[in-house]
Amino acid sequence: MTVIRMDGLRKDFTVRVRAGRLRRTKRTVAAVDGIDLRIERGEMVGYIGPNGAGKSTTLKMLTGVLTPSAGTVSVCGLTPVPQRTRLALRIGVVFGQRSQLWWDLPLRESFSLLRHIYRVPAQEHAARLRRCVGLLDLDGFLDTPVRQLSLGQRMRGDLTAALLHGPEVLFLDEPTIGLDVVSKQAVRSFLAELGATGDVTLVLTTHDLADIERLCRRLVVIDHGRVVHDGTIEALHTRYGSRRRLVVDLDAPLPSGFTVDGATLVSLEADGHRASFDLLSDEAGPVVARLAALSSLRDLSLVEPDIEDVVARLYAS
Amino acid sequence: MAELRAYAALLGGQWRSMMAYRASFVVEMITNIGGTALDVLAVLVIFRATPTIAGFTLPEAVLMVSLSSCAFNLADFVVGNIDRLTSYVRTGMLDTVLIRPLGALGQLVFMDLPLRKALRLALAVVVLVVALGLNDIDWTPARVTLAFVVPVAGAVFFAAIFVLSASLAFWWVDSGQLGNAFTYGGRDFTSYPVPVYAGWFRAVFAYGLGFAFVSYQPALALLGRADPLGLPGWTGYVSPLVALAVAGIAALVWRSGIRHYRSTGS
Repeated sequence: MTVIRMDGLRKDFTVRVRAGRLRRTKRTVAAVDGIDLRIERGEMVGYIGPNGAGKSTTLKMLTGVLTPSAGTVSVCGLTPVPQRTRLALRIGVVFGQRSQLWWDLPLRESFSLLRHIYRVPAQEHAARLRRCVGLLDLDGFLDTPVRQLSLGQRMRGDLTAALLHGPEVLFLDEPTIGLDVVSKQAVRSFLAELGATGDVTLVLTTHDLADIERLCRRLVVIDHGRVVHDGTIEALHTRYGSRRRLVVDLDAPLPSGFTVDGATLVSLEADGHRASFDLLSDEAGPVVARLAALSSLRDLSLVEPDIEDVVARLYAS
Repeated sequence: MAELRAYAALLGGQWRSMMAYRASFVVEMITNIGGTALDVLAVLVIFRATPTIAGFTLPEAVLMVSLSSCAFNLADFVVGNIDRLTSYVRTGMLDTVLIRPLGALGQLVFMDLPLRKALRLALAVVVLVVALGLNDIDWTPARVTLAFVVPVAGAVFFAAIFVLSASLAFWWVDSGQLGNAFTYGGRDFTSYPVPVYAGWFRAVFAYGLGFAFVSYQPALALLGRADPLGLPGWTGYVSPLVALAVAGIAALVWRSGIRHYRSTGS
């Protein structure tokens, strides 16, 4: 079942640019420039892109915060802006940079206020809250005013707040931003657990690719408001030619001008005793054999491609 | 019904948040009474210098200022804090309002209801009752109804002006205090009989924007006096219609404003 569909979705902003001392000229900038996307029920989708690529803008159009300039969008069969309040009952949203908790109230009270706002039966609410308290380890600070919580604690509170009404779709805008390693782990394993049930569709934007590697089968990369990749992480590697790297330590230095079929030499260190090659195919064997024939090997390692590098290259292109 | 409970929950949350700063709440509540008192005192001071203003005696003028004060304070109590919309829009905090299953305007009202202004509103009602007693009013059923309806209609009118001026923020983020010219300016305008103003200013504020129907025209109807400016007697009874018209415009502008909301980068 398709939960989210976007067709030719656009969002234009007019910006006024100073031109001379008093004159200003208007310029239209497309923050989202024609996105077509389908997301099925139970999918976990990572939405990444450089700063200003249009990630948050897309999320805000999906949640009914922003009105699209053109194109159509539907979430849970509803049109976000005109049916905003109905949609709100069925989705959960976490903006990593903005808390929806009551600043001066204990966390527990924010949760009970949200129960009334979302009109959740008391029993369901209590059951979901118990589950979140257990998984996110909220016990220690349920009675602390939100203003006194650490960022990691607050984020766990915000995640809980977004889930207490049992949403079908969860939108997370940078849920791990600014968190320490332990909190990041807590949030990730919580989301992984949530996704494992297959009931909740999850869309998250992030700059931390470890979030994606840990959580999302599907990766959507956008740049300048357009989708530049949609698929698995492996597909991204294949498409952008990320190569595994072979690093060998040799007894005898590698002669200059050395070439080998199936790999390209990228660097030579330690007076030629250490060489790094990018493997052009999946097979490392023939290359290793050729090197071993040349000199005995002291050490050898294969380095898997780094998603960060691929994405950095993607943004740069 | 369920929605009312949701708004009540928002209000409860706001009350408990304020109770986190109890002392400051009490202090503000008391200092706020000063606001209403000053409106009335200003009129009294003017009458120290002159026996009549534009042909109106002191009790008549006090009736006008108290009608205006009641309407304004009721509106200010309910939606006065809507001017915080500017900061919600500027900081993008409106995002968190828009993801909840309730109307944005209702949420902003109940999240920020200035309970500390409650005493001020109570004082305004007391002053109105006194002013009605000071004047020799020929009480007919129509006038009794009018005395109850006018402060409410005026409050709707002012509330609409509050919403309209706050909505400026959707198009013009740094609209700042400009809206106050119409809200607080409107309160000051309606505190005095319309004939004290002249020229285009009177035409625009009194009839163009409709401020004459908040206190001046209804006061004439209550007092049974003819309008020195020549408007017919029934104009004293149309304030609910004027208020509804302005409220309708405000609702349309607000809706359109929400669609123009640009949020902020994050």
